[in-house]
Amino acid sequence: MSISVSNISKSYKNVTALQDISFEVKKGELFGLIGPDGAGKTTLFRILTTLLFADKGSAIVANYDVVKDYKSIRNSVGYMPGKFSLYQDLTIEENLNFFATIFGTTIEENYDLIKDIYIQIAPFKDRKAGKLSGGMKQKLALCCALIHKPEVLFLDEPTTGVDPVSRKEFWDMLKRLQKKDITILVSTPYMDEAELCDRIALIQDGKILEIDTPESIVKHYPKPIYNVSANNMYQLINSLNAYEFNHSVYPFGEFVHYTDSRTDFNPEDLKAYLKTKKLSNIAIEITKATIEDTFMELAK
Amino acid sequence: MNNKVIQVEGLTKMFGDFAAVNAITFEVEKGEIFGFLGANGAGKTTAMKMLIGISIPTAGKANVAGFDVFTQAEEIKKNIGYMSQKFALYDDLTVKENIAFFGGIYGLPRKRIKEKSKALIEELGLEKVANKLVAALPLGWKQKLSFSVSIIHDPKIVFLDEPTGGVDPITRRQFWELIYKASHNGTTVFVTTHYMDEAEYCDRVSIMVDGKIEALDTPKKLKEQFNAANMNDVFLKLARG
Repeated sequence: MSISVSNISKSYKNVTALQDISFEVKKGELFGLIGPDGAGKTTLFRILTTLLFADKGSAIVANYDVVKDYKSIRNSVGYMPGKFSLYQDLTIEENLNFFATIFGTTIEENYDLIKDIYIQIAPFKDRKAGKLSGGMKQKLALCCALIHKPEVLFLDEPTTGVDPVSRKEFWDMLKRLQKKDITILVSTPYMDEAELCDRIALIQDGKILEIDTPESIVKHYPKPIYNVSANNMYQLINSLNAYEFNHSVYPFGEFVHYTDSRTDFNPEDLKAYLKTKKLSNIAIEITKATIEDTFMELAK
Repeated sequence: MNNKVIQVEGLTKMFGDFAAVNAITFEVEKGEIFGFLGANGAGKTTAMKMLIGISIPTAGKANVAGFDVFTQAEEIKKNIGYMSQKFALYDDLTVKENIAFFGGIYGLPRKRIKEKSKALIEELGLEKVANKLVAALPLGWKQKLSFSVSIIHDPKIVFLDEPTGGVDPITRRQFWELIYKASHNGTTVFVTTHYMDEAEYCDRVSIMVDGKIEALDTPKKLKEQFNAANMNDVFLKLARG
């Protein structure tokens, strides 16, 4: 195991940030913590990177205890915080050199690890970090987190606020790093990124809702789920919310995802009901649950 | 009666030799939910700043809520709502105080503010926290309140700049239900987002690449046009050329 978390809890004053969290990440695994702001993702990262003490529980990272062996952990892990934390008034090259020196290594020594990423920002190596675009900052931060060849890489919301093209490039980079035997724990509020992980933990309000592979998580969705559409979205949502047999009603783009509370649900009944609400062009088709559907069902 | 609440023709913004927005042309109808997408640096924010009257275009024409962006920027500001992810509400004012403050800024009479405040608190289910500081509210509640406050003066158009970042999926949907409601009541909604699945909620979507609008249609037609399963694929195909 690269990461082993046992019954971790943490509170701030009267807010419970983490409640009895346990999970394990295997060596070389790409593990995703999926949850919204305030779920406790950053608190967990800070505990695992030895920057914060838990109130209860224990954790082992790269075979070291996060409390007793904190110094060893700091040499064995890379951490990219959610907030850009490099030196804004140093250049790309200076930042990278600085982090290499701190960890007693050189850029040359581990260049093969960062090469793919670094060559994309190398043309700007004399530019100050504060003057870089969001995508470039993100690549530099990743290089700095990797320069000492860590065993475990912690990435806290690396793609938040980043456009879809840069997000895709970033995930492609992670997949390549994974092949170099680096264990990766990554957090994201984007449910669609969950599918790119080997295993995920869905987390909300400091609690883990479920841990599994993305495929198994959607397979365990408890009910048949339907795409419903009609001529007027606002009236469709209101009508479905008012329907006495609904179990869940969630807008999903041009459709509404609908589940029914009855076991013998017949879509024709719903269609007839929606007609009485003066809706037209009604279509009801069975569809597959997504990770987001599962998340909402568990968080209900 | 003209049903176009935004009319833009050849709108351009130059920074030196660089065309941040390069002759964009489009129209948005009353009550429409219009998605304005683009990669970081594609020119979305610059374009939006011109439309809300805080940046003067270099060339082209634009009429927003019936007013000209070159000569009537102040009128535009009174007739639109604006909500951004970064600045939304005053954390150290209570829910009620925030509503009263923004109502006052938009020039609503005291009596109207009182009515609006009551209705809004009831609709959002904020009765218990009405006298609490906004800082104490969960992010999702803040966003819903922030949206409601941005349309407190019944503007013709509301501009939403990345409104739903970071909130949980259930709250995000409650937020979209508020948007549908505003649209149903005739308010035009102009929204930028990085969530491509959210683009699918819009009536029509435009995608900017390097200062130009490279695609504009309903999500359904864009998916057909680009032979893509979802808006994320449409975006990737367009932005990567």
